[in-house]
Amino acid sequence: MTPVPPVRHLLRAKDLIDARYRDPLDVESLARTAHLSAAHFSREFRRAFGETPHQYLLTRRLERAAALLRHTDRSVAEVCFAVGLSSVGSFTTSFGRTYGLSPSAYRAANPPASTQVRIPTCVLQAYARPRSDRRHPAGFEKTTQVAAD
Amino acid sequence: MLKQLTHAQVWVHDQDEALAFYTEKLGMELREDVTVPEMGNFRWLSVGVPGQDVSITLMTVPGPPVFDEETRDQINALLAKGASGGLFFSTDDCQGSYEELKAKGVQFSQEPTQQPYGIDAGFRDPSGNQFRLAQLPE
Repeated sequence: MTPVPPVRHLLRAKDLIDARYRDPLDVESLARTAHLSAAHFSREFRRAFGETPHQYLLTRRLERAAALLRHTDRSVAEVCFAVGLSSVGSFTTSFGRTYGLSPSAYRAANPPASTQVRIPTCVLQAYARPRSDRRHPAGFEKTTQVAAD
Repeated sequence: MLKQLTHAQVWVHDQDEALAFYTEKLGMELREDVTVPEMGNFRWLSVGVPGQDVSITLMTVPGPPVFDEETRDQINALLAKGASGGLFFSTDDCQGSYEELKAKGVQFSQEPTQQPYGIDAGFRDPSGNQFRLAQLPE
């Protein structure tokens, strides 16, 4: 049997970060996945993938947070917790270093989520449809007149 | 021509309950969550498997003017009876995922079973939608 290349274990840890970034992952538990000591693991991970596991995890979380800022109307704190980060202060700092804007400024710089999220035409047609049983029989002009009377 | 499947929609009885189930129990990520006041506070809510583009839109069954109340109640009743269509997921480890999900309180309709195509289990979401979880040979 061909021996498993050691980098395969590192890839398993990287996949775990990609899939479980919302969980409280730390370098120790990731190192266990790769069957390596924490220090050795970080060094080897960096050699294989170009950044430390800690950076890779943080970047994954920030990328997801940016998507949530664009595609949801959740608060900044909710977005922070949704991607597995626990401190809004450090989230804001790391986000600023990566995107050059605070999370709320990033959101403001993008079109509102309700226009970013592409709600399909069939849904708009159905849900934005006025109800035929709740018409204004007088129309808007006459309504104004009635109010004046 | 058609290019990609981007969203698959499932009816749910309660969006908050569904969101908690799909994210906290099934491990999906929140993708989109927008409430539109101009559309009677319609909430477009979608989740997905991390690393995969396809999203699952969790929608409540609308009442008038989309569906009359009788139709809405019928759809909800059929959903609760388990008559909805299904979604099919893959996993690297069916038995392991089964145990993990079961420990989180997910209700299984079928325990992991060896099939000609792999190992396969079945479970439901709180609304009654049915899902398959298959470990296919590499």
